[in-house]
Amino acid sequence: MYRYDEFDASFVSQRTEQFKDQVRRRLAGELSEDEFKPLRLMNGLYLQLHAYMLRVAIPYGTLNGRQMRKLAHIARTYDKDYGHFTTRQNIQFNWPKLEDTPKILEELAEVEMHAIQTSGNCIRNVTADHFAGAAADEIADPRPYAEILRQWSSLHPEFSFLPRKFKIAITGAPNDRAAVQVHDIGLQLARGEDGGIGFVVFVGGGLGRTPMIGRKVRDFLPEEDLLAYSEAILRVYNRYGRRDNKYKARIKILVHETGLEELKADIEAEFEKIRHGVLRLPDEEVRRIEAYFAPPPLEVGSASSDAVEARKASDAAFAQFAAHNLNPHRVPGYTSVTFSMKPIGGIPGDASDKQMDAIANLAEEFGHDEIRISHEQNVILPHVKLDDLPALFDKLVEAGIAEGNAGLITDIIACPGMDYCALATARSIPVAQRISERFGAAERQSEIGELKIKISGCINACGHHHVGHIGILGLEKKGEEFYQVTLGGSANENASIGEIVGRGFSSEEVVDAIEKLVDTYLGLRSGKEETFLEAYRRVGEEPFKEALYGAA
Amino acid sequence: MKVITANRLLNGDVVWLGKDDAWVERITLARTFDGKEEVAEGLAIGQKAEADQKVVGVYDMDVTVEDGVILPVRLRERIRATGPTTHPQFGKQAQAVSA
Repeated sequence: MYRYDEFDASFVSQRTEQFKDQVRRRLAGELSEDEFKPLRLMNGLYLQLHAYMLRVAIPYGTLNGRQMRKLAHIARTYDKDYGHFTTRQNIQFNWPKLEDTPKILEELAEVEMHAIQTSGNCIRNVTADHFAGAAADEIADPRPYAEILRQWSSLHPEFSFLPRKFKIAITGAPNDRAAVQVHDIGLQLARGEDGGIGFVVFVGGGLGRTPMIGRKVRDFLPEEDLLAYSEAILRVYNRYGRRDNKYKARIKILVHETGLEELKADIEAEFEKIRHGVLRLPDEEVRRIEAYFAPPPLEVGSASSDAVEARKASDAAFAQFAAHNLNPHRVPGYTSVTFSMKPIGGIPGDASDKQMDAIANLAEEFGHDEIRISHEQNVILPHVKLDDLPALFDKLVEAGIAEGNAGLITDIIACPGMDYCALATARSIPVAQRISERFGAAERQSEIGELKIKISGCINACGHHHVGHIGILGLEKKGEEFYQVTLGGSANENASIGEIVGRGFSSEEVVDAIEKLVDTYLGLRSGKEETFLEAYRRVGEEPFKEALYGAA
Repeated sequence: MKVITANRLLNGDVVWLGKDDAWVERITLARTFDGKEEVAEGLAIGQKAEADQKVVGVYDMDVTVEDGVILPVRLRERIRATGPTTHPQFGKQAQAVSA
């Protein structure tokens, strides 16, 4: 796993010292809120509805037991005994006091963590496939490249005041689990004709009030050009991106207004100027970083486990878990295990301090001390021996994170919504909880199969509703919460933006509406193997519309 | 009818402007303002408190008074006045129970 080098350690501790002094000056009245706000945001500190909120980066979603235990400690010591895993592989603490935040940042720095660039108009935490380094379908581990991008983008002076925030995602597998096509830059690892590693590059994807799928600007970018090309994109964006209107300032708008061909030409021209300079990635440097992500020693075993099969036969909950929460590992005898942070009727992404401690222990005992956080707000142990699954499952049951619902209808992504967020126009979490309760029965979920519901409490779309198979957007209408439903979105390699199905629903109506959509799908699918999304793409919106609103 | 609200600088707690320019933790203790002039007066007190490092993010919000109890009009403000609806153990609602 990546460890800080002396450069990282020194800039994180310098930044912590700086922030400590900024907080002191704020409390002493030497800094006004207008002066202080951009400084606190640069350190991940927001002011939300009830309190401050601290967003801590979990780079590319990777952490170890010691780091997870520190997060538990922070939740217990400075917050209200829980944290919230976000849709960008970060964790948020909802109740820190301003005066405590320098101390929290010091504690984080002890375990090589920080909150830098989790907010503000800069390059944010680079996100990656949560099965990175383990998945059977992977071309290569994307995290070394994510780490190279992190080092390059951290405190990059030229890109600290971009027109707007900038998000990069990377996946190492052809099956995109990192939603790369809805990021400002999306990178998909590929092999070139000579067998060398490179990237398919997408630019200008994004959600928010103007959702767009990224446009492909390179079929194949060689590995050595990763930084020079990224820098070229950022330079073009920094120069031409709009600064007159916050809502038109993301690179997706620049792509849209400039046109793909002209923008590509601008990027290539900039790239030509710098490609042979200091940003060219030396092979030995990439291999050096790669070594930090070397997989743990894994003994090749049998592709199936008698212990697992026996337990499946005798325990329905375990069978359900094994059917949905395991991802094929590249080493036979191993699997990647999803711990569901979506208990039935629970709050998506919330973890108590005790659960975080339990996860840390389980990672050390069963998972070679590696933990991943997914953008779908779950926790993953990437390297688990198949034979260990029954014992691991028992401990997950104890910790309350054993629901066998990964990828199913109750594995809902939801933003914090109006229960916490100052920007929200409606609540998200209670809607997720009610849907989860409605569909919580194990047999019913399994029967429905893969179905991704994503809920946002405002148009900024932190809950990724545009790319939900069913998306729900909470708005306010005449003082009441009101939910707009979209259908047919997807964030995988065949990404699409969902379409609004018709007029929205009140808070009381929305769960019934979702049930009608699900029943309609069950009635028209060609067979159990046809997923909701496939069925929707085959038949279009009409039958769903009719179910919701009656015949036109 | 309006009240003036903000968050306390030090801990982010939701507060409202009460009597004698104090910032109170319960909306029931807030001072109400009627009409543009009164609201402007309330906001001016708020801005001074911001300048004095007491609170941040001062604004006015609509309320009604029913049976002498002040109730926020918008759901957002009702949630601010009580706490997250998903976590009844946290926020003002928890303090109300333990008080």
